[in-house]
Amino acid sequence: MTDTTATSSGKLRRNYGVLFGFVLGALALLVLAPAVLSDFRLSLLGRFVCYGIVAVGIGLAWGRGGMLTLGQGVFFGLGGYVMAFHLKLADAGPSGVPDFMLLYGSGHLPIWWEPFRSPVVTLLGIVLIPSLVAFGLGIAIFRRRVRGAYFAILSQALAAAFAILLIGQQVTLGGFNGLNGFRSFFGFNLYDPVNKRMLFYIAAIALLAMLAVVWQLYRSRYGELLIAVRDQEERVRFLGYDPANIKLVAYVLAAAMAGIAGALFVPIVGIISPANVGVVPSIAFVIGVAIGGRATLFGPVLGAIAVAWAQTALSENFPSFWSYFQGALFVLVIAFLPAGLSSVTLLQRSLPRRWGFGTRGGSLSPPPSDAGSLLSPEPDLSGVSAGTETGQ
Amino acid sequence: MTMDADYLELSDVRVVFDGFVAVDGVSMTVLQGDLRFLIGPNGAGKTTLVDAITGLAPATGSVRFGRTELVGKKVHQIARLGIGRTFQTATVFEELTILQNLDIAAGAARRPLSLLRRRCSVPPEVEEAMDMVGLTALRNTQAGALAHGQKQWLEIGMLLVQDARVLLLDEPVAGMSADERIQTGELLYRIGSARTVVVVEHDMDFMRSFATSVTVLHAGKVLSEGTVAQVQADPRVQEVYLGRSEVAS
Repeated sequence: MTDTTATSSGKLRRNYGVLFGFVLGALALLVLAPAVLSDFRLSLLGRFVCYGIVAVGIGLAWGRGGMLTLGQGVFFGLGGYVMAFHLKLADAGPSGVPDFMLLYGSGHLPIWWEPFRSPVVTLLGIVLIPSLVAFGLGIAIFRRRVRGAYFAILSQALAAAFAILLIGQQVTLGGFNGLNGFRSFFGFNLYDPVNKRMLFYIAAIALLAMLAVVWQLYRSRYGELLIAVRDQEERVRFLGYDPANIKLVAYVLAAAMAGIAGALFVPIVGIISPANVGVVPSIAFVIGVAIGGRATLFGPVLGAIAVAWAQTALSENFPSFWSYFQGALFVLVIAFLPAGLSSVTLLQRSLPRRWGFGTRGGSLSPPPSDAGSLLSPEPDLSGVSAGTETGQ
Repeated sequence: MTMDADYLELSDVRVVFDGFVAVDGVSMTVLQGDLRFLIGPNGAGKTTLVDAITGLAPATGSVRFGRTELVGKKVHQIARLGIGRTFQTATVFEELTILQNLDIAAGAARRPLSLLRRRCSVPPEVEEAMDMVGLTALRNTQAGALAHGQKQWLEIGMLLVQDARVLLLDEPVAGMSADERIQTGELLYRIGSARTVVVVEHDMDFMRSFATSVTVLHAGKVLSEGTVAQVQADPRVQEVYLGRSEVAS
């Protein structure tokens, strides 16, 4: 390390801060929550933790990578349905057929359901299927240099198409009702409260693991490169990198995380249906991340869990009030704290500079990261790529 | 000059946008150690020519770097071959520090897995470039907080760690103070001896002080080429710069 001592101690402090956050999060999720919450509330929190896992991925792809992923429901759904296939088949017994197929269809199992009888194939599929779909989509999208609002609209359209596709498959995918009524999870009875607790622990540990993965990415050279691509995609090209590949990694990882979240969601909530994966849930994922602070490590998770918690609490008391509250919260945060609630601490540190008291060129604290436009955090160098600066 | 020294050779390069001919059959050769200035009135096609060399503007004809043909290659492939450029408005990664900016520039050849680790030591070429452009003391400053001139130097530093053999600089001293211009010129002089440098510039004083050779572009064509004195004495250049009517009267 040839860094000056001042900044390496600053780095050390930041590392301790993150470790402190991890310990705090682990204590809250693994010790405090199971101790004070009823089984029903704990199961609710488990669902929010799943949303939190999706949020970690969105933080990576959107907060750091500048890709506004408005269609994470697709990957959430892929992971969820794969898990649901396995649970339905396991409930039906060896060579059995899921109940809804007997009810609505010929009682004949489609061939592509078969592989998911195997727990190993299921676990691999939960990670690999969303990843591969994201890889294919990502290559097509990023190589064509689709970004900003166009990328957002495209991913949202995918979520809509995915939900419509699912609704149309009444016989093979349960259609509008989706897949539900699971009785066991890899041999554990899902009606047993102890096993429900175990599911919560699995989800909480998965969330902490995803955070650890993303933390390492943020500290790595890749993390720096991702910020560079977000802010100056064209410039990175002139340094000899292909930005498409850099974005692809973040996009695929975000998809894999959404897939894992979907797979955990299924046994915890007991259902996966088009209503859990379409446009509305996809936007809800992003709202939580935006409110929490998309470019920070813990912001997306805290935002996602807090918004989902608030939704439940408010809907219980004022059933028709929630959407207004959600909308108002979103507008307020975007208007006054464009980088999210967790930017409050950053704002305090950067205020002196903003008010003109700071020194130019000193060792600076990070500014409120990309307080710019929400939709395309990258200042589009389209002037360069479109050849508008030609006439010089 | 040895036989295997770097050189940049353009022959009959044309760039056409929707029927508008921005660069019209430019041929020129720039040798290693040359500090070539590319001048010309607004709209002469100087920046477009740089865009064509770096793969940004679609070109026909031939751009050869040594034995390698550049026309038809992608931007990042050309960059990896050792052709580096700067932009009229300095484009650095404002949220990253100087050290991080330079480290990214040094890393295009890094293996994917090594990218997933933290930077545990500063690569020697980054240290060297920081020293060369005089930004060592500001290494942990965010690039967004730099003065305009410092950003341009940072960009030149990024070209150095990129190990660019050909440096294409688009108006590097625009908006700089007189002192900064001199420092920049001296910097170009220091780094130019082992590299091939092309500078697009409007500032004639700066050109006279530091150019070893000059190419004058006008309406997409090469109007004149030679030393500063030769170009200045060329009546066609005087005509373009002073205006036709004045010469005629």
